[in-house]
Amino acid sequence: MPRIGVFICHCGHNIASTVGIEKVVEYAKSLPGVVYADHNIYSCSEEGLSSIRRSIEENKLDRVVVAACTPRTHEPLFRRTCELAGINKYLFEFVNIREHCSWIHTKEPDMATEKAKRLIAMGVAKAGLLEPQTESEAEVVPTAVVIGGGAAGLAVASSLAAQDIETHLIEKSSRLGGMLNDISVIGPELEETKPLLDAMLRVLKTSPKVHVHTDTRLTAAKGFVGNFELTIDEKGESRNIKAGSIVVAAGAKELVPTGEYGYGSIPGVITQLDLERMLAKGEVPKRSVFILCVGSRQPGREYCSRVCCNVSLKNAMRIAEARPDSTVTILHRDIMSYGTASEKLYRDVSEKGVQFLRYSLGNPAKVRSLDNGIMVEVNDETLGEDIGLQTDVLVLATPMVSMEDATEIAKLLKVPLDKHGFFLEAHVKLRPVEFATDGVFICGSARWPASVRESISQGLAAAAKAAIPIKKGKVVIEAITAWSDPDKCAACGNCVAACPYEAIEIVDSDKGRTAKVNEAQCKGCGTCVAACPNDAMQQKGFTTRQLGAMIDALVKNALEESP
Amino acid sequence: MPERVVVIGGGIAGIQASLDLADMGYEVHLVERTPSIGGRMAQLDKTFPTNDCSMCILSPKMIMCAGHDNVRLHTYSEIKGVSGRFPNFKVKIKEKARYVNIGRCTGCGDCIAKCPVKVPSEFEEGLANRKAIYLPFPQAVPRKVTIDADHCRMITQGKCGVCKKVCQAGAIDYEQKDNTVEVLAKAVIVATGFDLMDARRLPQFGLGTCKDVVTSLQLERVLSASGPTGGHLVRPSDGTEPKRLAFVQCVGSRDTKAYRYCSSVCCMYATKESILLREHVPDVDTTIFYMDMRATGKGFQEFVHRAEKSHGVRYVRARPAYVQPAHGDKGVLVTYETGGLAGEQVTEEFDMLVLCPALIPSQGLKHLAKTLRIELDEEEFVKTPSMFRPIDSTRKGILVCGFAGEPMDIPDSVSQASGIAARVAELIAEGG
Repeated sequence: MPRIGVFICHCGHNIASTVGIEKVVEYAKSLPGVVYADHNIYSCSEEGLSSIRRSIEENKLDRVVVAACTPRTHEPLFRRTCELAGINKYLFEFVNIREHCSWIHTKEPDMATEKAKRLIAMGVAKAGLLEPQTESEAEVVPTAVVIGGGAAGLAVASSLAAQDIETHLIEKSSRLGGMLNDISVIGPELEETKPLLDAMLRVLKTSPKVHVHTDTRLTAAKGFVGNFELTIDEKGESRNIKAGSIVVAAGAKELVPTGEYGYGSIPGVITQLDLERMLAKGEVPKRSVFILCVGSRQPGREYCSRVCCNVSLKNAMRIAEARPDSTVTILHRDIMSYGTASEKLYRDVSEKGVQFLRYSLGNPAKVRSLDNGIMVEVNDETLGEDIGLQTDVLVLATPMVSMEDATEIAKLLKVPLDKHGFFLEAHVKLRPVEFATDGVFICGSARWPASVRESISQGLAAAAKAAIPIKKGKVVIEAITAWSDPDKCAACGNCVAACPYEAIEIVDSDKGRTAKVNEAQCKGCGTCVAACPNDAMQQKGFTTRQLGAMIDALVKNALEESP
Repeated sequence: MPERVVVIGGGIAGIQASLDLADMGYEVHLVERTPSIGGRMAQLDKTFPTNDCSMCILSPKMIMCAGHDNVRLHTYSEIKGVSGRFPNFKVKIKEKARYVNIGRCTGCGDCIAKCPVKVPSEFEEGLANRKAIYLPFPQAVPRKVTIDADHCRMITQGKCGVCKKVCQAGAIDYEQKDNTVEVLAKAVIVATGFDLMDARRLPQFGLGTCKDVVTSLQLERVLSASGPTGGHLVRPSDGTEPKRLAFVQCVGSRDTKAYRYCSSVCCMYATKESILLREHVPDVDTTIFYMDMRATGKGFQEFVHRAEKSHGVRYVRARPAYVQPAHGDKGVLVTYETGGLAGEQVTEEFDMLVLCPALIPSQGLKHLAKTLRIELDEEEFVKTPSMFRPIDSTRKGILVCGFAGEPMDIPDSVSQASGIAARVAELIAEGG
């Protein structure tokens, strides 16, 4: 017979002002298997935790139920308390009587009290059937793989190299640097690109830990955090790399306009990258007009690509500085010079005499070829007037779009893309450089258009995340995983198809063909358990027997109450 | 001996930097000026562009941070001095007297209930009171009370002592003194975040003179279910539900007479608050007065589009000239110029006006910069001169992340904060 202890939390007033705590404690004492029940103002406070620990020891408890808030924030704390008192932490059961009860029933305290009782009865029924579990550990391959050799990828690789971590950098082209090769000056402070690129390449060259693979693509990937196995195609030759963590820094590219504003038909209509190449060669146009948001912030491609305004401001400044007789007019819808340095560039550019003219989405400029240049006709939204501008070059600021191979990389690594084809991070707010898949990270413009500075900064973040499992040397494998009973398994393969993590395979065993779960890859989501028609697939900590006992407790409780 | 790092500032940037440094094996000393970690993010109701509940996603990080084996929290503490240089900084941390033994305090709140002194709550942006003995907010970490010595009757006048009488844990200690600890650290991280500019400096916007003019951070608190009005939208003058609201962007920012830079996040949070207002009061009309709508992040432009199309938010490109009370002390009149050559001066009435003030480097950053001997840039954020080392200050071993370096949103702050661990590891591997 298990010896179950139940601890009911007031959560200050959060639970206690709605749920009748004392009644619930008395009820808990009456439940089968319960040898001790108590309450705390805050079970999670140091005082609360030490009283739980003391009670476990004094009453020789072997199962613990805490009825309080949410496992999401507090389960680790209570599990640890159990461990400190000498019980396996998987013999702990959490019952949520705050989010699931007091907070949503503040106006019905009596009903809330009854509901809390039922929830606890269910938790106690399950607790009696809990089994101790052991977490396993896997060694981590002390190597990282970085996909993409642009600003972000170089930042990751040079950081990992500086941290003395074996790193493979995979670049699909024959040259490192990505878009940095097309940009000779970086905004907003107009710094030369070459010293930056040289500095990053120097770190890679001088570090014996970095292996650069140019003309190389990822062709296959399997495994899990700490133990990935990647296959790459390097200049036509296939080879395998084992890695503990992977960083995706595959970049993005400039959208090439499809005929808008005479691109491709009128000479002198170019993109910002074309202008970058011209300026790098010292070709500075006398008259320029820029049009911003070409192909972005419009139906079909709704997003703002973040970097194009600042790139345009930078190039306007370069022209104005290089050629005092030049004129630059920027046609825009909003100027996105966020922050301190970019806003300063916007001010400085205006002071240099660069003209800004606002157009509206519904009324784009009309462009035609002249004998001595290009005529741009646009309605100035501020003045409400049509204006004609003669220019030598018309520069179209188009958005960054995702790389053509993003879909392939995403498929191989089993990580998601957003609707625009950029990689989708685990949480847009708090996990910006992580994927939901452990051990795989994302940075730079492959995630979202980013400035060089932002790409480097994100590269450092990804380098930290990629280094952590390698420095720890071990990854803990969650014990709440699925397992298949070979006596019941018909090897139908439903579970294999249902598993979102490719953690299950059908193997030959001494009991015939059967499903086998790779515990390191299993996330314990339970999808396979639901898909199994033979009750062969079970999840530790959530077995059919345990869940059945919870339902029985609920039904019994309800029947006893009904008149 | 463990390799130690001192992180200054317990907001989301400092918390994330601490977590990653701690995961990498460093012993982190996280120093926070106020009684709890959490920072500005703790005050927010929801976060853009997903409208995730701010506290719900932050609170687990706060708990993980405080509970991490490698993190030592120094809350209600300040940096008193820093000597030495990389990789041997000697950091003096002053742990201010809380007048509460935090080993004993259980955070039960009995003392708070009985304390007779009311003080405007910093966390509630002055919209509600706290007591002289207080938890700054219900989810505070650590969950330990603090006595505000400036307002406590026992400490200022020598009479009262109620909290000590009711405390069953015996945690109250009126004789407690400040405590200074010294930490030998390899690196020091500045993550001091931002404050709001005092918008009363710009009297044309009516803060302090019109009752129904509030700041955006005050509105966050009003919208919050755990805030001073329980999440019910009411205007300050008469407690009624406003039906017409307006936001003014760039109050004191992008303004050569106040702060020249762009605060980076106001366009988006005003859009978020506008959507939330609709959820609270379905028939509320919302107007946003703006200069440029800067929606540059992932999903931001779509968010603005949604506000406009699905929630009827009216975006007006104008910078209001001045604001006056409408009827006695109720409501506001906003005068602005419409666009174009044919533009004219218009005065429009609103029930309530929300100002989005410039977000400025946290008070005390100037002093801290002197203590750390690092340079600030011309806008008084921490100077980060190298493109290749975007989170390095002007002094080796002193790094910066989040808003202390430049205005940025939460994901950019979190990203920079994670980068800190990599940069510290690099520095130490190179010769620390």
